[in-house]
Amino acid sequence: MIVFDRVSKWYGAFQALNQCSTHVDRGEVVVVCGPSGSGKSTLIKCVNGLEPYQAGSLTVDGIEVGGRKTDRPRLRARIGMVFQNFELFPHLTALTNICIAQEQVLKRPPDEARHKALTLLERVGLIDHANKHPSQLSGGQQQRVAIARALAMDPMAMLFDEPTSALDPEMITEVLDVMVALAKEGMTMMVVTHEMGFARKVADRVIFMDDGRIIEDSQTDAFFGKPRSERAELFLSKILSH
Amino acid sequence: MTYNWNWSILINDPYLGWLVDGLLWTLAVSLAAWVIAFTLGSVLGILRTTPSPTLRTMAATYVEVFRNIPLLVHFFLWYFVFPELLPDAAGMWVKREMPLPAFTTAVVALGLYTASRVCEQVRAGIEAVGSGQRNAGRAMGFTEQQVYRYVLLPVAFRIIVPPMTSEFLTIFKNSSLALTIGVIELTAVTRRIEEYTFQGFEAFTAATVIYSLITFTVMGLMRLIERRSRVPGMISLGSG
Repeated sequence: MIVFDRVSKWYGAFQALNQCSTHVDRGEVVVVCGPSGSGKSTLIKCVNGLEPYQAGSLTVDGIEVGGRKTDRPRLRARIGMVFQNFELFPHLTALTNICIAQEQVLKRPPDEARHKALTLLERVGLIDHANKHPSQLSGGQQQRVAIARALAMDPMAMLFDEPTSALDPEMITEVLDVMVALAKEGMTMMVVTHEMGFARKVADRVIFMDDGRIIEDSQTDAFFGKPRSERAELFLSKILSH
Repeated sequence: MTYNWNWSILINDPYLGWLVDGLLWTLAVSLAAWVIAFTLGSVLGILRTTPSPTLRTMAATYVEVFRNIPLLVHFFLWYFVFPELLPDAAGMWVKREMPLPAFTTAVVALGLYTASRVCEQVRAGIEAVGSGQRNAGRAMGFTEQQVYRYVLLPVAFRIIVPPMTSEFLTIFKNSSLALTIGVIELTAVTRRIEEYTFQGFEAFTAATVIYSLITFTVMGLMRLIERRSRVPGMISLGSG
């Protein structure tokens, strides 16, 4: 469904992505990992066009993301995204955060949007917090609202950009639980994360990046069994040693 | 120094009437200029943060031109120079037939100048909301306009209530420069009362008190707006 073909990106003279080719099929869960600055966030942000790329081709459901004539807002409405810092809209309640794009982008009637939002809040265990503002919620709760907000658009795929990196340890689990449930339901997911437990549990494939390149792209078992690259071995030994 | 204090002139005819008229002209110039400043300044502030380099440059140029010319010079340029630059007929109209020429010019000059300052406040507010929020809005499928309308501006305008209060106060005080092109506003009537009665201390005290009342009212109003628009649980929106 998401197909990268030799995608390259530069920030000025610095090359952030170097000929990245990979794919995420329908219903597949792909985890992207790698050291900081390796380009994994940039890679995932290319998928919904938040970051432009300068060379290669990237298609989502057959649509070229960077195409001149591509209606990017329309494409983005079909792809959910969850951010490291939650990015809920601070002036709106949890409920309104989930309703606003349904109403303004998908033009759903308010009643329907509200019903959908409440169903999703129930599902992420936050129905009692519907009328709270983001700053009245914990990080883990905010991130679960953010996931509900993305799901409300009935996306064909979900992108997660380090969804648990800004969370206290005890809140990581509550967010990962929601993500695991989502993966098991067959949602197409691309997840940038350092949570190797999560990767091992639900990922179909793991992509390892370094220095803007995709170094490894293998089945989860194979990746954890014996990463082929020295760099991935080193990375894994560092983050799994504790 | 012997000075005959005579506070009663302030409530005597015609001086009390002059003060009231002066106050009304001050309010009229300031509020009309504020409408221009706030509207134009907000549009320019938004343009300064758009992805389009052309629009950003246009707004930046406006700001640099308008805020780098002293306000007094603005009044003179708009009143004495601008009509000469127009085609003959239009220039003649501005000089001879435009209703309330001094008032209109003062409103335009003060409004356009203050817009450049409002623009920078709005820009700072939008930038304080941050690129993360902009991306979150885009990721939801919002168009650029919707991102501004539903995500950036509601928070940016809340953040900038305190600096906007300052701008709003300043516009009342700056409006006194309108006297240089002949608007008989509060400062102008104060000087006139002094000329007629030689009671300068009383007249300027009255003006000071009236300006203070205006500014206290504005501060109260802005505090009310701030309280009404406060988001529950939010201490500083800018840090989110």
